[in-house]
Amino acid sequence: MVSRAQRSLVGDWWWTIDRSLLAALCGLMVIGLVMLMGGGPPVASRIGLSTFHFVERQALFLLPALLLLVIISFLDARLIRRLALFVYCAGMVLVVAAIQYGPEIKGAHRWISLMGVSIQPSEFVKPAFVILTAWAFSEAARRPDLPAVWIAFALLPLTITPLILQPDFGQTMLITAVWAGMFFIAGLHWFWVMGLGGIGVIGIIGAYNLLPHVRERITRFLDSDAGDTFQVDMALESFARGGWLGRGPGEGTVKRVLPDAHTDFIFAVTAEEFGIAVCLVIVVIYAFIVLRGLLLAGRNEDAFSRLAVSGLLLMFGLQATINMMVNVNLLPAKGMTLPFISYGGSSLFSLALAAGFLIALTRKRPRARLQPRAYVPRPAGA
Amino acid sequence: MSTPDRDQTEPTQSPDEAPSRGLIGGLVAGLRELFRLRGDKGRARIGLAAFAFTILFAALAGRLVQLGIDTGGEETMRRASVSSLGTARPDIVDRNGEILATDVMSYSVFAEPRNIIDPDEATELLTAVFTDLDARRLRDRLSTDRGFIWVKREISPRQRAEVHRLGIPGVGFLPEHKRVYPNGFAAAHVLGYANVDNEGIAGIEKWIDGQGLQDLEGVGLLKTAADLAPVELSVDLRVQHAMRDELLKAKKEFRAIAAAGLVLDVRTGEVVALVSLPDFDPNNPVDAQKDENINRINVGVYEMGSTLKALTVAMALDSQKFNINSTFDARAPLQFGRQRIRDYRGQNRVLNVPEVFVHSSNIGTARMALELGIEHHREFLRRTGQLERLRTELPENAAPLVPRRWTEVNTATIAFGHGLAMAPLQAAMATAALVNGGYLITPTFLKRSEDQARRNATRVITEETSEAMRYMMRLNAERGSAGNSSIAGFYVGGKTGSAQKVVNGRYAEGVLLTTFFAVAPADDPRYLFLTILDEPKATPNTHGFNTAGWNAAPTTGNIIKRTAHLLDIPPRFNPPEQPFPLMTRLGAWGTQ
Repeated sequence: MVSRAQRSLVGDWWWTIDRSLLAALCGLMVIGLVMLMGGGPPVASRIGLSTFHFVERQALFLLPALLLLVIISFLDARLIRRLALFVYCAGMVLVVAAIQYGPEIKGAHRWISLMGVSIQPSEFVKPAFVILTAWAFSEAARRPDLPAVWIAFALLPLTITPLILQPDFGQTMLITAVWAGMFFIAGLHWFWVMGLGGIGVIGIIGAYNLLPHVRERITRFLDSDAGDTFQVDMALESFARGGWLGRGPGEGTVKRVLPDAHTDFIFAVTAEEFGIAVCLVIVVIYAFIVLRGLLLAGRNEDAFSRLAVSGLLLMFGLQATINMMVNVNLLPAKGMTLPFISYGGSSLFSLALAAGFLIALTRKRPRARLQPRAYVPRPAGA
Repeated sequence: MSTPDRDQTEPTQSPDEAPSRGLIGGLVAGLRELFRLRGDKGRARIGLAAFAFTILFAALAGRLVQLGIDTGGEETMRRASVSSLGTARPDIVDRNGEILATDVMSYSVFAEPRNIIDPDEATELLTAVFTDLDARRLRDRLSTDRGFIWVKREISPRQRAEVHRLGIPGVGFLPEHKRVYPNGFAAAHVLGYANVDNEGIAGIEKWIDGQGLQDLEGVGLLKTAADLAPVELSVDLRVQHAMRDELLKAKKEFRAIAAAGLVLDVRTGEVVALVSLPDFDPNNPVDAQKDENINRINVGVYEMGSTLKALTVAMALDSQKFNINSTFDARAPLQFGRQRIRDYRGQNRVLNVPEVFVHSSNIGTARMALELGIEHHREFLRRTGQLERLRTELPENAAPLVPRRWTEVNTATIAFGHGLAMAPLQAAMATAALVNGGYLITPTFLKRSEDQARRNATRVITEETSEAMRYMMRLNAERGSAGNSSIAGFYVGGKTGSAQKVVNGRYAEGVLLTTFFAVAPADDPRYLFLTILDEPKATPNTHGFNTAGWNAAPTTGNIIKRTAHLLDIPPRFNPPEQPFPLMTRLGAWGTQ
């Protein structure tokens, strides 16, 4: 055990991080691996890979991802902002490159091969985007004379335009929602909240009218007889068959016909094999992470940390709830993975990055350390 | 703000600025306010976000719980049937542990139309095995893209092997529980039956479902029939069988349209046997819903006729206004407007109480009730449970038909058993109270001890009145209409009843419902026997009579003869000495 008496780098880290949050995140990773043993094999055998291909890969990624999480959690706010800027820039370059050079998979250019490893750069852009936005908004509140607020405003279109071009509707919606939520937490006047809410509604109506596949999905959700509801039907059947206690590991049968059983619909597979009771436990873990994180954010004295932590949790929480709500047919089908449980290397590392940021920014820090350089506020307008 | 916040660096407006700018200045300030980011609001808004997430997670958890307990449609049907438990039911056993109903495993064929490649071929092959299936309907159902349909429930092992050999993709078998009643007709009306999904539909089977079993299964807590304790009935299968056999013979001999019988333990209220003919086979209950197959003991309501006089006489003795030696004028018929009450076998003289009972005097009993008054009469009938619906474990029951306006005529006629119709079980409950020392015990179909029965019993008449009733019933067997039931050695007492049936709204001459109540042994009764014959016809053996003394009473006698040893009534070769000490002391008519 790490001693409190001696001040060491690791000791400081261990006694200042929020250990319950870290435990919950690690718990999710482990649960994810177990769940993937249910959801992975049918997909693997369907596309002709070895049975435990996805499980092995995920297990292989898990340790490096955990390592990444821990390393990043050692960083202080300044280093985090710099790292985020770097990741964001590199990510955006790759996103654009993917559109141009990436292979087309299911009608979208989201992947790019980098030194033989296929990655989805938009995943890495997400946490970096949150950090940069948080930084811009907190600077804007602190020093209204700097153009930080314009940077915050510019970040959104800059990020989502390439995503729309990919196209990646789910990520676009998520990033927009997170951005709007952070803007709200940053202290947006209620006038704008209502106004932007209105624009959001108009945006959804516009998407419904202009983008055929969005329209199709919404119609399908609202009217179960219209078109193909296969995925959702199968997901619901999984819940029905699983019941409270499930049919037992490996006993699921609906997963064999359920598309994306290892990613988007892994929650339904979990229900069939491990039961709704386990699903409820998973929901509780996500709720714990989000609510515990928001509590810590609320206590945080530093505006940047507060915003960044809230933004990361918004992203994490929204992604989790949207995915699970799609699985239980509370929302129309949408390509969204379940954080730490769905299969995906890029997604896992991106989440590790985000979780590292989260742990780092929720560390207990003495007030003096918050602002390394003394800053004397000038009265604005003077 | 109560706590200093470093992030709140917004300057406060200098006090002299605002008034000098005027209206435009206010507007500008307002606009600037609109664009200002209020970092100090952060905490509250994070709280708001946390609140929103709480709602989202709660909705998700709620939906999961809903999915967990959701019922309805194909999914549930599939789930209910896929889990091999189906719906397991507890065994039903009689009071000696003999199996009356049990579950056996059988197989059902289902199809997944979604996975069937060639519905036409599948239909052709399946109908070759199940020749009774409607080919067109099956083809239509197989041609849909549904996930699950039943092809045929509860098939034989041979059929299963044949379908298995066909090897049609998308066709499979599910093990199911099938309810089996090894004794067939014997206790049909008590047991009721379960449907193909093993849900109780009638009788004790339905009562079992009402005990929360279905709910337990609904949440998946019950897995096998072994988890369920057998339901122990008060019924004795041997008595049940013997009585059914005797009733079948009587029904045939007297060409009755229906017959029913009941054996009630007067000390515990347990129904030891209940038979109602015609009946049905619970294994194949296609006839169970027919009108003529109702449970005549529980559900049929009848004017019980003279058997109800026992209640009137007991009421009279229990009122303290009369004693066993009181006399009643039966010389002339009673006149009520156009209605006239007369005796079937008129004695045309003054009768004492035992004589009224033994000669079954309508005039005598009517006078008893009239002298006590309408209110006293109604109160006594209510106390003995005759005016309200009797509820037992069997879900089938019926409310008595009570006259809406209760006048003196009603009291007079109800006194001898007309004008008030009730379920025979109800009348049996009251009659049992008359002979068991005065305790009204709600009948039960479940095994119970005397102590349990006594706990909920209420006293309705005195011990002395009860002895008088036993005495008169025994007297009736020795000297009156119940003679044909008097089986030597068992000291039987009884009371006959022959009620004219209402046909097309009028009492019809010669169309009778004959009833007979017997108690054995009369000096210390253990059992009450009730036999009902609906529209018995006269035969050469009965010398042209069709009243209860000629059919219901001898039938009861036969039943007692066959079941007494099963019921543990020891035969006595000498009549008991001093069976009714009080009656002897009072010098009642017939004791000399």
